[in-house]
Amino acid sequence: MSANQPKSYYEFFCPVKVIAGHMALEHIPFELAALGAKRPMIITDKGVRSNNLLVPLEATFTDTDSQIAVIFDEVPPDSSLQTVRAAAKLYRDNNCDAIIAVGGGSVIDTSKGVNILVSEGGDDLMKYSGAHNLPKPLKPFFVVPTTAGTGSEVTMVAVIADPEKNIKMPFTSYHLMPNAAVLDPRMTQTLPPHITAMTAMDALTHAVEAYTCLGHNPISDAYATAAIKKISANLIFVLDNPKDANGRLELAQASTMAGIAFSNSMVGLVHSIGHATGAVAHVPHGLAMSLYLPYVLEYNLDTNGDRTADLLLYLAGADVYAATPAAKRAQKAIEHIRGMRDTLYERTKLPRTLQETGKVEKSQLAEIAQKALDDGSIIYNPKEASLADIKAILEKAWA
Amino acid sequence: MNNLAIQKSSVSPIQRLIPTAQKAYVALMMDTIARALISASQVDGELKDEVSGFPDNFILQMIVLPKGSSFTLQVQADKTLKRLDNFTGKPDLSVKFKHLTHAFLVFSFQESTSRAFANDRMIADGEVSYAIRLVRCLNKLESLILPKLVAELAVKRYPTSLALGEKVTKATQIYANVVSSYVDLIPKAAHRLNNHLNTSRLNKTGKGN
Repeated sequence: MSANQPKSYYEFFCPVKVIAGHMALEHIPFELAALGAKRPMIITDKGVRSNNLLVPLEATFTDTDSQIAVIFDEVPPDSSLQTVRAAAKLYRDNNCDAIIAVGGGSVIDTSKGVNILVSEGGDDLMKYSGAHNLPKPLKPFFVVPTTAGTGSEVTMVAVIADPEKNIKMPFTSYHLMPNAAVLDPRMTQTLPPHITAMTAMDALTHAVEAYTCLGHNPISDAYATAAIKKISANLIFVLDNPKDANGRLELAQASTMAGIAFSNSMVGLVHSIGHATGAVAHVPHGLAMSLYLPYVLEYNLDTNGDRTADLLLYLAGADVYAATPAAKRAQKAIEHIRGMRDTLYERTKLPRTLQETGKVEKSQLAEIAQKALDDGSIIYNPKEASLADIKAILEKAWA
Repeated sequence: MNNLAIQKSSVSPIQRLIPTAQKAYVALMMDTIARALISASQVDGELKDEVSGFPDNFILQMIVLPKGSSFTLQVQADKTLKRLDNFTGKPDLSVKFKHLTHAFLVFSFQESTSRAFANDRMIADGEVSYAIRLVRCLNKLESLILPKLVAELAVKRYPTSLALGEKVTKATQIYANVVSSYVDLIPKAAHRLNNHLNTSRLNKTGKGN
C-alpha cells in the first residue's frame, strides 16, 4: 500500500441514521414516532407505485399509531419547481408531519425541496437556494432508495429545475440531509439487469472518485474502499441471482457507503464529463459513469497513480493485489474496471462506448467538453483538465 | 476568571499580532487581486474569453467571513470588469472564506484555490459553473503575475503553453495598471486627509462645535 501523505485538514459529516437489512421498512413507524411524527406523506413516482414497491411499506403501518396521510406519486424523471409546489400543497392540505421519499434521485431531490417549503412556509423556493441558506432543521424526512446508485439518501444537496425561468436551482444545507436512510432489499429486487448494472457503476464511480480525488480523507476512504469491495464482489452475482436478498442488500449498502464517501470528499472529472453528457445527449448518469471511469483514471494516472494502485486490493482482492508488482497495480486496477464494463455488456448489453449508446452524435463531443469544463466537480479532480484534455478523453470513449 | 486569566496570559504578544498581520496582508492581496483581475481581463485574451462567459452585469464577490476583507466586481456590457466599492446587495456569486486564516493560506500561496475548496475552506454561494469560471480566471492570473515557482504552488497545473516572453510582457502590463490604479488614489487620499486635518483644527479651536 502506498505511503500517502497524511491529510492536512478535512471535514466529515453524516448525521443520517442508516436503517439497513431484511424487514428494515418495518422500523419506519417506530423511527417516525421517535421524532414525534405520525402522519407521513409518501413522495414517489408512477414507476415505483406501478411496480407495487409501496405495498410492503404501506403494510408496515397496519396496527401502528401512525398512518400514511397521503401519497404523491407524480414526480417526473427531472424534478421541477412546479412538482415541488404541488406536493407541498398536498402535504399541507392533509396535515402531514413528515416525508418519506421512495424512489431514486429525482424523487429524493423533489422531497428535499418539498421539505424546505413545508418547513419554512410559503412557495418561494428560490429564497433558500445556494449554499447554507436554511436557518433551522426541517420536518422529519426519511428516504427509501429504490435503486442502488445515487447515494442521494445521505447527501446535503438537491437540484430543482424551474422550467419557467429555464434555470436549475442548487441547494446545499446540512438541514437537507434525511433523518434516516432505509435500505431494504425488497425495494431493489425487481430492478431490471441493465438498471442494476448502471446504478452499481454509478455507485462504484462515486467510491472510486471519492478515493482518488482531491477531497479524499481517511474516513471517506474507509467508506469508499468498503463500497468498492462490496460492489466488486456482488454485482455479477446479483445479475445472475436478481432475487437474492443478501446480494441486493450488499449493493444497497455499497451505494449508501459510496454516497457517504463522496458527499464528504466530492467527485471529479468522471462526473464533470458525465453531467455534461447527460445534459447534452441525455445519456443516463450511471451509464456515462461506466463509460468514462477507466479513461479518466488513465488521464489522472501521472498525478495520483498511487491512489489508483490502492484500488486494486478492493477491486480484485488480496491475491491479485499481492501478485501484482507495485508499479503495475494502478494499470491493473484500470484493466479490472474495463473487465467489469465488458462483463456487464455481455450480461446486460450495457454499452461500452459512447457510440454504442446510440444517444450521442460525434458532433456533440465539443459541446459536451465545453460543458464539462464548467462543471462544479472538475475542481476536485486531482489533475487540471483543459478543453483539449476533455476532448481527448471523449474521443477515447467514443469507440 | 482565573482560567480565563491564565488563557489570556498564555498568548504571547507575537501571537496576538499574527491575526492583525494576516488581516492586513489578506486585505492588501484581495485589493491587489481585484485590480489585477480587472487589468488582466483586458491584457490577456484567454482571461478575456473567460470573463466573456459571465452574463452582463453579473456581480461576483470574494469575501472573508463574517465581515472581513472583500472585493466585488461587476461584468460590464463590453465584458470588462468594474470594481463595486461599498456594495451591500446580494451578489450573483459569492466565494466565501470561512475564516481569515483560510484566506491567508490561499493568498500566501500555501494552498491552491482548488485545494482550498477540497479542504472545505471556502463556500461558493451561487451558480457553481460561474465559481469554476472564476477559479479559472484566478488560476490564469496567478500563472501570469507570479514567478513560476510560486505559481506552481498556487495552481494545479502551470500552463505549459505560457512562454517566458509572454508572461513577462503581460505581467508588466498588469502590474503597471495596478500601480497606476493605486496612483490614481493619491489625490483622493490627499483630499480626505486634508478634510480630516481641517476638521481636527476646527474642533481644537472650538469652532466645530
